[in-house]
Amino acid sequence: MMSEARLMQGNEACVEAALAAGLKFFAGYPITPSTEIAEMLAERLPARGGTFIQMEDEISSMAAVIGASLAGVKAMTATSGPGFSLKQENIGFASMAEVPCVVVNVQRGGPSTGLPTSPAQGDLMQSRWGTHGDHPVVVMAPGSVAEVFTVTIQAFNVAEVLRVPVILLMDEVVGHMREKVLLPEASSLTVLDRRGPVEGEEYRPFDYRDGERPLDLPMTKPPLEVDFSGDGLRDVPPLAPFGRGYRFHVTGLVHDARGLPTGDPTLTDRLVRRLIGKVENRRDRLALYVTEAVDDAEVLVVAFGSVGRSALSAVRLARERGIRAGLFRPITVWPFPDQVIRKLTQGARTVIVPEMNMGQMVREVERALAGTTAAVQGYSRVDGELITPTEILAEIEEVA
Amino acid sequence: MRRRYEIRLTGSGGQGLITAGIILAEAAILDGLNVVQTQSYGPEARGGASKAEVIIASEEIDYPKVTIPDVVLAMTQEACNKYAGALKADGLLIVDSALVAEVPDVPGRIYRVPITALARDRVGKPITANIVALGALTAITRVVSQESLRLAVARRVPRGTERLNDLALSVGIEAVAQER
Repeated sequence: MMSEARLMQGNEACVEAALAAGLKFFAGYPITPSTEIAEMLAERLPARGGTFIQMEDEISSMAAVIGASLAGVKAMTATSGPGFSLKQENIGFASMAEVPCVVVNVQRGGPSTGLPTSPAQGDLMQSRWGTHGDHPVVVMAPGSVAEVFTVTIQAFNVAEVLRVPVILLMDEVVGHMREKVLLPEASSLTVLDRRGPVEGEEYRPFDYRDGERPLDLPMTKPPLEVDFSGDGLRDVPPLAPFGRGYRFHVTGLVHDARGLPTGDPTLTDRLVRRLIGKVENRRDRLALYVTEAVDDAEVLVVAFGSVGRSALSAVRLARERGIRAGLFRPITVWPFPDQVIRKLTQGARTVIVPEMNMGQMVREVERALAGTTAAVQGYSRVDGELITPTEILAEIEEVA
Repeated sequence: MRRRYEIRLTGSGGQGLITAGIILAEAAILDGLNVVQTQSYGPEARGGASKAEVIIASEEIDYPKVTIPDVVLAMTQEACNKYAGALKADGLLIVDSALVAEVPDVPGRIYRVPITALARDRVGKPITANIVALGALTAITRVVSQESLRLAVARRVPRGTERLNDLALSVGIEAVAQER
């Protein structure tokens, strides 16, 4: 079942999906080009019994989101580059303390305050490595308004089930673009919630059962859904809602099963490996992506977010000219889908990676394809304008 | 070739061009078509260059921005100088002749409509210039039906201003009819 077709902005689709996923708390400090998310939630959340807080800055909004989530509600914040930088410390805390949350970053030109109203993709590496230390994080980058809706729900599902922060990495084009969309009915959506403690058992908020790695499953293409079926989630401890009969310790320090600080090397090693493993051991299961004409592709274009749209157009134009071009558009950009890309490039001579930064994803593609015969080349545009199909087509024609 | 119709609405911040783009896009949806609307604007809330783009197609729209516009609406001299030249060979340039004195040589057809003057004198509200412009643009291009456009305007404008904006639409449509 679908609702009536309507014109919707990317940021608006994010809000609709967050509410459909059960969002109850938003704290933020509005910033272009993400402002509409805060604006709409300020109106919509209180009307359905949720909480909206405009905090004094981005650091405190991230802290408030963590607090709300620990208290048992689904929580989110939204920002752009300058604010994303400020949120990093607390994103690290959420990774370490295993607090589910969704952080939206609608990218604009950088560095610093850069170009407030123009698109860029310069935060790809920051979204993975912005906070210090080895830490788990999942990053998803939708490419259309309809996809923003679908992927936002996935972001909440992954955050809740794995107890990790999930970054929804958009860009100004995706956030501000309006498109005709048909939203699915709420009843047809798969919404997942965190697991709570078992009543009557002693609650240990950071305890887990040792054992084999979680069963990874190769992600099938559409529907764009992360499926946790068959995953015992042995490595993800249940999370009790604070203040509802449970009292436990939460810290950014290395901690034991009860959450109390420890410096024990064995416990430390076990904790860090488990935190990273929660995401890395589910690399394929988490891989959401879209392809076009990849089966016989000799030239493969790898592009994400709004640039994926330009690349799709370029690939179609190349096909019209008899060039065997294809597109791989990762939606889950972290963990980077190494296996998927290796499989897709088995017949490709050249891989082109156009991106609105000075070459961030191209390095991941090179790493994933190390030891293969495919030649990888990047294409950068950093003037605040979306890369055009003509530019990508010219790159394709040069190597075809 | 995939058929897509590209419209670029240009002027300065505060003229309501992004709203006009949204209304045009909503009218296209009412007509059962596919549509993408994007914009570019400066950090200022008022003044500064503003541009809204609408792409209408019967099929899927991949690249969401305008490349070679079928139609350019220019609501300031600066916007006209900057964007008129990019027009398609058989495209249409619509200028607000109340604000644009010099029209550069362009390959397509040129329509001079005193949009802002009509909004001020005939509608009585200069702020309705964007709706007058939509009336003129759709009367010339017929890219969306007037029925859908009237409905889209009524749904999008502030409550209580529906009749005023409907009048603005009619004024824009008639201005073009007279020119023909």
